[in-house]
Amino acid sequence: MSTEESSPEEAARPSLSRRGLFGLAAGVGAAGLALGAGAGSAVGVAVGRERAEQEGAASVHPFFGTHQAGITTPMQDHLHFASFDMMEGTSRDDLRSLLTDWSYAAARITQGLQVSATGAVGGSPEAPPDDTGEALGLPASGLTITIGFGPTLFETEDGKDRYGIASQRPRGLAKLPAFLGDDLAPDASNGDLCIQACADDPQVAVHAVRNLSRIAFGRARLRWSQLGFGKTSKTTAAQATPRNLFGFKDGTANILADDTAALADHVWVGGTDEPAWLAGGSYLVARKVAMLIETWDRVRLSEQQRIIGRDKSEGAPLSGGKETTAPDFRTKDAAGSPAIDHASHVRLAHPDLNGGIRILRRGYNYVDGNTGLGRLDAGLFFLSYQRSPDQFVTLQRALSTDLMNEYVRHIASGIWVIPPGAKSGSFVGAGLFG
Amino acid sequence: MTRPRLTKVHAALALAALGALVLSGCVAKSEVANADALTVTSTDSTCDVSAASATSGTLTFAVSNTGSQISEFYLLAEDGLRIIGEVENIAPGAERTLTVVAQPGQYKTLCKPGMVGEGVGRADFSVTGGTVAATGDDAEQKQKAVDLYAAFVKDQVEQLVPAVDAFTTAYESGEDDEARAQFPKVRAFYERIEPVAESLGDLDPRIDYREVDAVAEGLDWTGFHRIEKDLWVPKKDALNADGETPAWQDWAPSTTEERATYGDKLIADVGELNDYVHSEEFQKALDAQGVAGISNGAIALLDEVATGKISGEEDWWSGTDLSDFAANVEGSKMAFSLVQDFAAAAGSDGKKLSTEIARRYDDLDAALAAHGSLDEGFVAYKTLTEDDKREFTDLINALAEPLSRLTSTVLK
Repeated sequence: MSTEESSPEEAARPSLSRRGLFGLAAGVGAAGLALGAGAGSAVGVAVGRERAEQEGAASVHPFFGTHQAGITTPMQDHLHFASFDMMEGTSRDDLRSLLTDWSYAAARITQGLQVSATGAVGGSPEAPPDDTGEALGLPASGLTITIGFGPTLFETEDGKDRYGIASQRPRGLAKLPAFLGDDLAPDASNGDLCIQACADDPQVAVHAVRNLSRIAFGRARLRWSQLGFGKTSKTTAAQATPRNLFGFKDGTANILADDTAALADHVWVGGTDEPAWLAGGSYLVARKVAMLIETWDRVRLSEQQRIIGRDKSEGAPLSGGKETTAPDFRTKDAAGSPAIDHASHVRLAHPDLNGGIRILRRGYNYVDGNTGLGRLDAGLFFLSYQRSPDQFVTLQRALSTDLMNEYVRHIASGIWVIPPGAKSGSFVGAGLFG
Repeated sequence: MTRPRLTKVHAALALAALGALVLSGCVAKSEVANADALTVTSTDSTCDVSAASATSGTLTFAVSNTGSQISEFYLLAEDGLRIIGEVENIAPGAERTLTVVAQPGQYKTLCKPGMVGEGVGRADFSVTGGTVAATGDDAEQKQKAVDLYAAFVKDQVEQLVPAVDAFTTAYESGEDDEARAQFPKVRAFYERIEPVAESLGDLDPRIDYREVDAVAEGLDWTGFHRIEKDLWVPKKDALNADGETPAWQDWAPSTTEERATYGDKLIADVGELNDYVHSEEFQKALDAQGVAGISNGAIALLDEVATGKISGEEDWWSGTDLSDFAANVEGSKMAFSLVQDFAAAAGSDGKKLSTEIARRYDDLDAALAAHGSLDEGFVAYKTLTEDDKREFTDLINALAEPLSRLTSTVLK
């Protein structure tokens, strides 16, 4: 379904630095964008996977395309995620203009340009600069901006259709049901809109959210935001499987960018799915999962491995083999018990136990300093993309008996629909405005 | 007031903000030969205007001062704050003329014998008819805006002087209830023109420093906030605005003698401010900055709100931060109103910007009105919920972003 979809590794190409482009920016802004749009097909496999991995800081991903970037894109090292609410009294035109302005700025900064042609230092000395400037001279750093719409954008909780789009609300887009053990903070959950900014340089990701928030003032207000460091999944085979803060490899069996069939089955909303405007889009679930770090660190190694269902060194399933070996839940250990515990995380989350359901995970580690008790305020900022929210709900329910639950707390949650990618020069969500 | 580290920045902005003497009323009479002639008689207690209405266009007010003190005459907008035109320095027995181009609308007239206070004979004045085009070339229009801003600043300080007098009298004589009631209202005159005082080196520190700022800079702590702490004596275990220093550390309620000292000091400092805004130095500073100065003054006042007032650290003991907040916004809006037309004339972008800024002021005013008014008083800062503060912050962001582009737009 996605022959137009630019393979993320192929799209990677040597950097356009902000500084390098700066002198030209006033004249070639549009050209820069066009370049970004076409890069996927123009750049061949000569820029190989290995190089893309090594030169993550230098890669540039197109903003425009069939799908939004930041989903199958090779996972960058840093995240700044932000949730917004539309301001009271805003109109359909305000929403449309916000999405237009966000898309324009995103299309520029993902290419290593500044948010506008005059940028950080090229405008009137009597006015504050359009661009805040902290990314001047930095390369694009693989920046992707992914924009999503929450259930409340279509219809507020008391049933108001503020923007005349309620009839276009995807049926599956609703606040997630309560799960066992949820301890959610409303102020750090949900939101009308979201922006996922991922980059290999944290300053570039923060610059993106900072400038997009500023562009939104008066139309949308920041509701909550989250910084993440250290990817906890991989989205290409070339990427080594990273580790989460439990110290285990995470994302071994993730859906990869080149697995077109799996993406079509499990991630992208299909042409025959409802609603039509969403074809090529996806659903994003975010869960802030606090880890009880100090407690976990005192768990003996064998128990840690039993909880996860994999060995800590290689990430191989406890049923044997290496990291990529499929787990065999029938294998018995020497004592005759299942080698992989029935309540282990790997088993409960496995597609075989969940009717073949898979999701594309894209989470990041987070550390928000420490708690008042002197414990690390840390965990996993879980992000997953799926064709339908039901996939996540099914898996999360299956995890209700997960041995790992003793060491994690879900403290924030959100769901957004991810519109398909914008056509060159258009904006994310244009399909909603007919 | 401003935290010390911001003072320099604001001084620069405020310099950008001020200046001019030769006031608007001084358009040569010959230019208005055909205009409707109105006469005004200013006495020590009245201000009689020959008619309560006129047709839009160029109006002249021939003001005779039959009183015993030097007088001034003002034509104010309906809000009673914004000055449409004024003529000052009318000696006893003298006559001077105010000429304005008046648009249809409701106005107020008043005289100010003695040049201080809120004036006498405040009356409604209405202008009917159609909208008229402004006269004069661009430079003249801009100079007029500068002159009106100077007049506004002077008017506020002239009202501050007697208000401080009454306030300190109550404070020094131990009428604390009365002094507490006056505190937020007196401060409003100062807060509307705050960047002006801040451009003056050590004047703002003497008038408006908080205790923690004075301590940090090793200054004797005087002014409004010293008096505030005497009027709202903290509990023995309370902490200062830094959240750390005990309120009673190196502090005790002022004795009667100390109250006299602090009260008289504030009167003297405010008098110095009044002298300054009537000086040539002030007018020169305003002239040098032109309309950009006015626009930057509007921005600086909103910065005051965003950095100090919304956090509730300004009026730590009295909790009257919202009054300061409202007065800052009024001052900012006043400055904006003087340059609004220049922005609106700067192409379609300028028109859009000007419209948006005006709408955002309205939104902020509406949110403030839900919590009180300068006349009736506002709720105490501590009664605001986090949601209330969040709403204010969002509305300030929504206003401050377009406002930050005002200066470059009016200079186009």
